[in-house]
Amino acid sequence: MIDLLARYAIPFILLFVPLYALYRKVDIYAAFKDGSREALLLCAQILPYVVAIFVAIGVFRASGALDLCAGLLRPILGAAGLPVEVLPLAIVRPLSGNGALAIMTDLVRQWGPDSFIGRLATTMQGSTDTTFYVMSLYFGSVGILKTRHAVAVGLVSDVVGFVASALAVKIAFGY
Amino acid sequence: MMNLIWMALLEIGVLVAVAGGRADTVTETAMTAAEQAVETVLGLLGIMVLWLSLSRMAEDAGLVRALARLVRPLLSRLFPGVPRDHPALGSIALNVSANLLGLGSAATPFGLRAMQQLQELNPRKDTASDAMITFLVLNTSGITLLPTVVVGIRAQYGSANPAEIMGTTLAATLCATAAGLLLDYALRRGGSDGASAPPGALRGRSRGRLPRRAGAPEAGRR
Repeated sequence: MIDLLARYAIPFILLFVPLYALYRKVDIYAAFKDGSREALLLCAQILPYVVAIFVAIGVFRASGALDLCAGLLRPILGAAGLPVEVLPLAIVRPLSGNGALAIMTDLVRQWGPDSFIGRLATTMQGSTDTTFYVMSLYFGSVGILKTRHAVAVGLVSDVVGFVASALAVKIAFGY
Repeated sequence: MMNLIWMALLEIGVLVAVAGGRADTVTETAMTAAEQAVETVLGLLGIMVLWLSLSRMAEDAGLVRALARLVRPLLSRLFPGVPRDHPALGSIALNVSANLLGLGSAATPFGLRAMQQLQELNPRKDTASDAMITFLVLNTSGITLLPTVVVGIRAQYGSANPAEIMGTTLAATLCATAAGLLLDYALRRGGSDGASAPPGALRGRSRGRLPRRAGAPEAGRR
């Protein structure tokens, strides 16, 4: 059922959204133009992050430092069902949306999108949002200084999201 | 924080490589990685243009609004401190709907407006209200039906079925949200400090029906 949904989701969107927009008399090409401008800006915005992260993680991995860390952290992460390779992603995900996207892209490139790591990294990326960024933006916008238990709840929810990602990928794809 | 993480990755990497006699791999890796990063972003551009354009169409055609009407009744149970006819609930519904559809850039303006409207209901202006925290839990756990950018990147790297992670993403995000809502509910009761005084009473809008404090987590899915 979910597999069927996933297979037809994008064709359905490509069919339905423009048709519905036409029906509602939206200027479709104007929407395309606006979307393209937004896409260009977004790509320009993430480029520095992607270069910085690709280089830093590339060096970290090639030097053998990742293997050293992996040896130390494997037992802890293993208990949560997470492979060591996704550790940088888990650390950066709550801090920086662009940074996490860059790390996820690097993992997909390294391991392939249909590998365990590739599926897990893409699930983790979509399973939570950038907790610290969202909190500072939203609380900051109305001048809230005392955030009570908000940060703790946000971080626990992130960890639950990562562990659930590993579980879901293992169950759904039979690892 | 990101500065520190990036520095640590790079510097530790270089030091370990030099110590292990692999200094030349650093040079090579750094150069090729930088090149591949640019290729990746350029490759992503086409997919981004397509998605963001479709997002624009969906938003202009009122799809976000249509979904917001559907989720609003469910949301009102999560925010017992907000009167049912208060505009804050409308903004929250629009924000959650845009997030559900994977339209992050459309969600943020709605979210900021929701925070302003919640702040009007907030008796202590420097302290987060219960409703604000619940709203942020919904946002930071990032409930989404269609992770558009992620699907785009999977497609770019030749996945046989780029959207196959939709189901696992939804399952994981629901777990994260449920955990967040439950913990929020537990901590709110323990540490409640007057910031949760029913604001409807102050404005005389609840028409005799006291905001129900119970029932907050029941809509948080079992």
